[in-house]
Amino acid sequence: MLLKELTEIMGASGEEKLIREKIKNIIKPYVDDMYVDNMGNLIACKKGKKDKPKIMLAAHMDEVGLMVKSINEDGTISFFPVGGVDNRILVAKPVKVGEKGINGVIGAKPIHLQKRDEQERPLDYDSLYIDIGAKNKEEAEKHVSLGDYIYFDSNFELMGNGYIKAKALDDRIGCNVLIEILKNEYEYTICAAFTVQEEVGLRGAGVAAYNIEPDFAIVVEGTVAADVTDSVPHLISTELGKGPAISLMDRTTLYDRKTIDKITKIARENNVPYQFRRISSGGNDAGKIHLTKGGIKTVAVSIPCRYIHSFNSVAYLEDFNNAVVLVDLIIKNIKREDLI
Amino acid sequence: MRLNIELIKKLTQTFGPSGSEEGVLEIIKQEIKDYCDEITYDALGNMICKKKGNGRKIMVAAHADEIGIMITHIDDEGFLRFTTIGGVYVDQILGRRVSFKNGTVGVIGVEHLEDKKDFRLEKLYIDIGVKNKEEALKLVNIGDSASFAGEFVEEGDRLISKAFDDRIGCYVAIEALKSCKTDNEVYFVFTAQEEVGTRGAAASAYNIHPDFAIAVDVTSTGDTPKARKMAVSLGKGAAIKVMDRSIIVNPDIRENMIKTAKENNIPYQLEVLEFGGTDAGPIHMTKGGIPSGVISIPTRYVHSVSEMVDKNDVEACIKLLVKLLEK
Repeated sequence: MLLKELTEIMGASGEEKLIREKIKNIIKPYVDDMYVDNMGNLIACKKGKKDKPKIMLAAHMDEVGLMVKSINEDGTISFFPVGGVDNRILVAKPVKVGEKGINGVIGAKPIHLQKRDEQERPLDYDSLYIDIGAKNKEEAEKHVSLGDYIYFDSNFELMGNGYIKAKALDDRIGCNVLIEILKNEYEYTICAAFTVQEEVGLRGAGVAAYNIEPDFAIVVEGTVAADVTDSVPHLISTELGKGPAISLMDRTTLYDRKTIDKITKIARENNVPYQFRRISSGGNDAGKIHLTKGGIKTVAVSIPCRYIHSFNSVAYLEDFNNAVVLVDLIIKNIKREDLI
Repeated sequence: MRLNIELIKKLTQTFGPSGSEEGVLEIIKQEIKDYCDEITYDALGNMICKKKGNGRKIMVAAHADEIGIMITHIDDEGFLRFTTIGGVYVDQILGRRVSFKNGTVGVIGVEHLEDKKDFRLEKLYIDIGVKNKEEALKLVNIGDSASFAGEFVEEGDRLISKAFDDRIGCYVAIEALKSCKTDNEVYFVFTAQEEVGTRGAAASAYNIHPDFAIAVDVTSTGDTPKARKMAVSLGKGAAIKVMDRSIIVNPDIRENMIKTAKENNIPYQLEVLEFGGTDAGPIHMTKGGIPSGVISIPTRYVHSVSEMVDKNDVEACIKLLVKLLEK
């Protein structure tokens, strides 16, 4: 399964090389033109029968991770997060360190030795370290350097009836949607941007949009789902199994209502399930794209993912399939006069 | 100069949270269309009125949007949950009324709280007077936005209303647009989405690429009991911005604005705003940089439903803007 390959590749913000090469090889037969820009975004275009309007699709290749901050005298490694990582989920997890993928475990003072007040607060980055089985600093330095990335060591698995679990569903699942779309033929020219450094502040997407100069952009994301047992109903954001989520407003974008109304109409007319993303926190590449140059109309279509930014996110395959169907329908049905 | 109080009232009372500026823009369009050579809209929803000329290319920006709320959830009983659009003081909105575009009115209520410290946005809801979800959905839906109700009152020299931020700026721009006589090519831009992070202005500045830009927006004052220290008062004239969180106005521009005010006997005061920003922030950093200044209308209780301005300040701002455009 392609999603397994895409999610298991190590590629945190700033180190997207492997995932970029992988995607390049997959999409080569389907696109007319492909290049990597100065930021590292992979841009792949497919000419339509008409030059205008030009539609940009964006999904980010990078995932959240950790980075080596210092190597300690005892051979353990101190680290900091790359992107939004919840430090409460780290302790005792297996990791891969550096390009060589050295095995490591995130360690901390064992519970037996913790004082009561220590037990009551979550372990912060200063109290966590990575144990790579090195006797001392000298030995550790043979395998690890400052600045090396550290990755969640976790495999893709199928679960239950149609569910999947994997690291990096945010946003390899979006990359997979774009790959499927590139296999199709469209009337309009489409340019897929597999962007870098989204997780550290949407840094790649603006540059990609600047170079592509599209008339319309569709961002495809993995987004927060909190549809589990004890959630407050009005704070669940999105639910698995209810279809792709269309964004209304987040911290970086107020999505154009008229365009949203058009794409929800397209979904209804074609019996594709959809839901709205019902919280306003978070942000995605749309934040940079819609403000590029003289402004670009942008929508965001997301696949709901539970436990996002962790070692194992959970998504529902049918939501992914429906996201592919919806993005395809949007490109086919959106009217030229709505875009230019 | 006599202010067009009816127009100011209409501008402030019209529905227009960020992202839903169409109604406000339509009123402005009807008001200015005979004075513009061309009116266009861009991808972010800004409305641009171009007045042709052979001189310098000047952009004037006033934002058409106001703060508000957006529905995120509707429960089985028909109560709405919501998020805020722009800088809403959540601790001040209990019991306030909100209005949706279609005229539906709601009241903001709060769940019972054992501890007052638990008071926060997610404990609040909107009651639109319906019996269940089905009835609610006939009137509103997730993603619909609403503005806070705050009626317009004229009290001597002072005006009170919601949304003076920045409809009073729009009004200043409208009056300047009507009365300025200049060879300069002037673009009056009524911008969108200022309240959510000055998003519209940058796009319009990119498209227009002016030689010089002036933003017209409200600013706070320090003239109320035990106010945060700020050397701006109601009634003391047009405020010429020195700096805020989004821009340090180029000293040459500032001096030129001061000189213009002095030469024309326009009352003015200098403004240093320690919080907040305006459209001039993104504009002055567009492309290779665009020299920008800001005229601010001193306003008490900004972002409340009872913002207050002084008619004399509004008049001074219009005069200053006209003189700057005619230079």
